[in-house]
Amino acid sequence: MIRKLLVSALWVVVPLGAWEAAVRLAHVPAYILPAPSRIAVTFVEQSSMLARHGATTLVEIALGLTIASCLGFLLALALHAFPSFERAARPFLLASQMVPVFAIAPLLVVWLGYGIWAKVVVTALIGFFPIAVSESDGLRSASQSAIDLLRSMGATRRQILTKLLLPASLPALFSGLKLAATLSVVGATVGEWVGARRGLGFLMLEANARLRVDLVFASILMLTLIGLLLYVALRIIEQRALRWREAGTAERA
Amino acid sequence: MAHLRIENVRKSFHTKRETLDALASVSFDVCAGQWLTCLGPSGCGKTTLLRIIAGLLEPDSGTVALDGGRPRLGRSAYLPQEDTLLPWRTALDNALLPAEIDGRPRAAATAEAVALFRRFGLCGFEAAYPAQLSGGMRQRVELARTFLAHRELLLLDEPLGALDPLTRAGLQAWLLEVWTELRRTILLVTHDVEEALVLSDRVLVLTSRPARVRDDVCLADWPRPRRRADLRLVAERERLLDTLAREAKP
Repeated sequence: MIRKLLVSALWVVVPLGAWEAAVRLAHVPAYILPAPSRIAVTFVEQSSMLARHGATTLVEIALGLTIASCLGFLLALALHAFPSFERAARPFLLASQMVPVFAIAPLLVVWLGYGIWAKVVVTALIGFFPIAVSESDGLRSASQSAIDLLRSMGATRRQILTKLLLPASLPALFSGLKLAATLSVVGATVGEWVGARRGLGFLMLEANARLRVDLVFASILMLTLIGLLLYVALRIIEQRALRWREAGTAERA
Repeated sequence: MAHLRIENVRKSFHTKRETLDALASVSFDVCAGQWLTCLGPSGCGKTTLLRIIAGLLEPDSGTVALDGGRPRLGRSAYLPQEDTLLPWRTALDNALLPAEIDGRPRAAATAEAVALFRRFGLCGFEAAYPAQLSGGMRQRVELARTFLAHRELLLLDEPLGALDPLTRAGLQAWLLEVWTELRRTILLVTHDVEEALVLSDRVLVLTSRPARVRDDVCLADWPRPRRRADLRLVAERERLLDTLAREAKP
């Protein structure tokens, strides 16, 4: 365990050390590439500002992800319930993914203004597809013999859905959610680049324009932490919801 | 009184390229409380027969009457050959599934299941997930679930097929005890001749595909428990093995 921690620590310490050394030895100016130590100092000094902008971005991500989850889940259910609808809708669904969401972000700002809603919509649009697709696949993951078993017991379609198909789809749903969470950080940032008065994306643009590259890096660090936080939170919920999986692997280990 | 009556049941499966005849005119009756075992060469359509009786498939022609007519889905307790325990449910919750589907009150069903778990040697494993159980235990949970379905007819598709010989012999003896106590009608499918002879009241031998009834052996007057080394049983086993070997030849 300690060995494992040490090895993981090396993966962080060695590159950072090399970066620090390179910047100092080559006298790279801070407006091109600041040293990690400089970024750390900025991060601490500007922490209240970073937290303020980070909170805005986090709200956008949380709202966007919630909307994406609800709509993605409902669409997957609808596709499952109406196979003819699925056949008709699938090409359009795929085509909708060919539309680069980032390219329509400026339009969203025109329509929804500089507030958080344009960013929420960008985030939701990006997260929607992986969730819908994973859940749609997940609903197909129950074995035919299990479906037959429930049918032989006289189960209704609704009972088969709630007692078999939905629980069986959970692992896939969580994969989709984790992917969407990671993408949503990108979505919110891009949304803020296009037009915002608050948020980490906005802060990065500002800092960049003033050649405060250290602040750009500090914002990136903050975004990374937000992404990590989301991922870990989802992972904890997943472990609770899928306790049976952990039970099985623990037994075999 | 005939509990289940099967008359001239035929079934074929059609793919794009070919037609596969699974059952060619199968007929037999099963009385209430009887243990009937179907023997047949691998792939002869035994599973198809069970699926038809369970109501999962409709025959192309012929009739299947379970206590009269009516739709068959939900009227028998079917135990498929594959492992069908739901991995996210504990052993006890898996066994409670039929009660949930029927909408029976949970408290009474739980009490009954706990009592049966004791009877099935599963005491203390109620809260275990299927992945934490051994093969023999999983099989017993599946059998417990089948008994807890409160159906008069049990359809068992090679329930002991995937187990090692020792576990298998143990479970056979145990299944017999449980059946003697709970008295349900059992239709068991197997390709183990000895298993059929040790357990059943009656053995049906099916021909290779397309299946029809080749032989109908009545063992109702053979006392139980039966010893595998019993001379009558050995002789009957040899005869049935012979029949099956001839059937298996193309």
